[in-house]
Amino acid sequence: MSKRVTIDPVTRIEGHLRVDVEVDAGKVKKAWASGQMWRGVENILIGRDPRDAWAITQRICGVCTTVHAIASVRAVENALQLEIPVNAQYIRNLIILAHAIHDHIVHFYHLSALDWVDVTSALKADPGKAASLAESLSNWSGNSKAEFTKVKDRLTGFVGTGQLGIFTNGYWGHPAMKLPPEVNLIATAHYLQALEVQRYASKIVSVLGSKSPHIQNVAVGGVANALSLDSQSVLTVERLLAVKEWIVKLDDFVKNVYLVDVAVVGGFYPEWTAIGRGITDYISVPDIPLDGKNTVFALPGGHIANGDLATFKEIKTHDDQYFKDGVAESVKHSWYEGGKGPLHPYKGETKPQYTDFQDDGKYSWLKSPTFYSKPMQVGPLPRVLAMVAAKHQPTIDYATKALDLVSAVAKTKVGLGALHSTIGRHAARAVSCAVQVDELARQWDLLLGNMGKGDLKTFNKPVFPKGEISGVGIHEAPRGVLSHWVVIDDGKIKNYQCVVPTTWNAAPRNEKDEPGAYEACLLDTPIAVPDQPLEVLRTVHSFDPCLACAVHIVDEEHKEVVKVTVL
Amino acid sequence: MRIVVLGAGNILLSDEGVGVRVIERLPLNYCLPPEVEIIDGGTCGMEMLEDLENLDALIMVDAIRGGKAPGTPIRLAGDAVPVFFKTKLSPHQIGLSDVLATLELVGKAPKYTTILGIQPVSLALGMELTSEVEARMPELMRMVIDELAMIGISAPARAAQAA
Repeated sequence: MSKRVTIDPVTRIEGHLRVDVEVDAGKVKKAWASGQMWRGVENILIGRDPRDAWAITQRICGVCTTVHAIASVRAVENALQLEIPVNAQYIRNLIILAHAIHDHIVHFYHLSALDWVDVTSALKADPGKAASLAESLSNWSGNSKAEFTKVKDRLTGFVGTGQLGIFTNGYWGHPAMKLPPEVNLIATAHYLQALEVQRYASKIVSVLGSKSPHIQNVAVGGVANALSLDSQSVLTVERLLAVKEWIVKLDDFVKNVYLVDVAVVGGFYPEWTAIGRGITDYISVPDIPLDGKNTVFALPGGHIANGDLATFKEIKTHDDQYFKDGVAESVKHSWYEGGKGPLHPYKGETKPQYTDFQDDGKYSWLKSPTFYSKPMQVGPLPRVLAMVAAKHQPTIDYATKALDLVSAVAKTKVGLGALHSTIGRHAARAVSCAVQVDELARQWDLLLGNMGKGDLKTFNKPVFPKGEISGVGIHEAPRGVLSHWVVIDDGKIKNYQCVVPTTWNAAPRNEKDEPGAYEACLLDTPIAVPDQPLEVLRTVHSFDPCLACAVHIVDEEHKEVVKVTVL
Repeated sequence: MRIVVLGAGNILLSDEGVGVRVIERLPLNYCLPPEVEIIDGGTCGMEMLEDLENLDALIMVDAIRGGKAPGTPIRLAGDAVPVFFKTKLSPHQIGLSDVLATLELVGKAPKYTTILGIQPVSLALGMELTSEVEARMPELMRMVIDELAMIGISAPARAAQAA
């Protein structure tokens, strides 16, 4: 007999995310992903000055602040066909990359590693053996026996108080937990070290963005940072030298710890390279523009059909007609008035029509986006596959390094095909992060080099014409393709739609009743214990569904945040 | 002394943003000494870790679902603080609760934490506070100042705005 398992919320991106799965014979047979809160933030923007939209849109979500600011100014600049100074691009690029690196590190260690790592098992580890193992894998300075002993002692003390604190809600001892105690100890030590390291990425965003957590420095037309070779009050070479030091620290951690840990975890969970495949139609967009017009990029992006890299079709610019014409959103299964079929974002409507949760009818506040009528998967996996398909050499090198290490740990050859999976999404995120760290250093060099030539320009003033114009702001955000679509009439916003990464991935069924990426990827996931659906969380978390609460699964009786219901 | 007054909330959801609104208005109405840092935390999480490390006191301002009449000011201290973070009193405690739990883990939690807020009237889409909550804003700011006074920090009202 089949069982229905409801997890609500799984995360709070754009409000609550609820996931329902029907389990039969120990496997997921049907899945529904449902956004449980009406977003509709776009309606706030109508009638406002387009130059203010970025400051408002960066409040949409608690984690992805900067990405909405970037997509918003790009949308308005696209509508105006406004070129921005290259210094502004470099500064935005540094912020984009530092934010992405922060996001990826925190996601792996603090929001999802505990799906795979059993902290309580680390208490049984031998720190000496853990050190020998870790030192055989990387030359990271934090892999010593002394460090692991310190972490084990601290953990023992913490658990001894009976207060697991941040670790309270883990599925400790769950049959799906398979790492040896020493690997659990190494991962726990790196969890703590990652807390220290993530701050360097945060600091870069703060220094360049003028304020944290919400940046203040972007503007339609460039950035508001005044550049100077010497003045104290602005972005000086001295401050930029501090940024460089933080980049070096991030580089060490990402390449010698994060990439290695993901590969080791993957090697111990080889069965998860065959789980969570789901939708293999992938889309990503190019980013890190190197010119003022968004036509030349450091990191390529594009569309891949059926997981076949030979089908790769590159998206070449941020004004790419192929991209702009391909996006549409259906509300057939969403709580909005519909009947018009999928609508292009410029024509998008946001008129709520709530029904109950209807399995075959409407069941989500998320719309269902498609690209040329097909549901897509977005995120680091599509990004990395596109960069491999585009023959981006650093991506190929880091992917090869990671897969070789997985193969060594798993004692079997694991190839690129393994990436189309739950654990593959984690691996791709780490590969993406390594590429981004290199690019961060390069953007720093480009900025300093250009300043050295005497170019200190950071802003081109926007001028709004009479009449109607429209534009799209495209950004390859940490969680995947983000696009803001704006229609401006006489200098005021007439329509505004955000098509965000989690909407692509957590979409409900589309106009043709095809499932979204979460729903498709959950099919056939094995479930060992229905009321402890760790495996469902592993797959959903592999997409990085945004907020910290995603790791908190507690029952209602304890009056905590998450409800797991088994019917 | 390192003290942070942290406003949390989403300013796009009317009264949900009351904490941030207090942070915006506090320095316009009171002279805050340099040891008091005010932070607009929005709905953020782990990015705030460093800002909240090793504090002598954390005063958080937020919309609080405390089962009171809408518009009622609320102060939570002592044992009520962990309860606030564990239950669904605030719509966005989740990111922040992880930050504070992480600070506990690494031994850098604030020595003293208190939460000030107000029972929201509306969490509907909109960038303005409801008139009921707007009317209580001076009182809410006064509560922050009183809280500072309790830990020995004086923040006099600015002459022009003093009511």
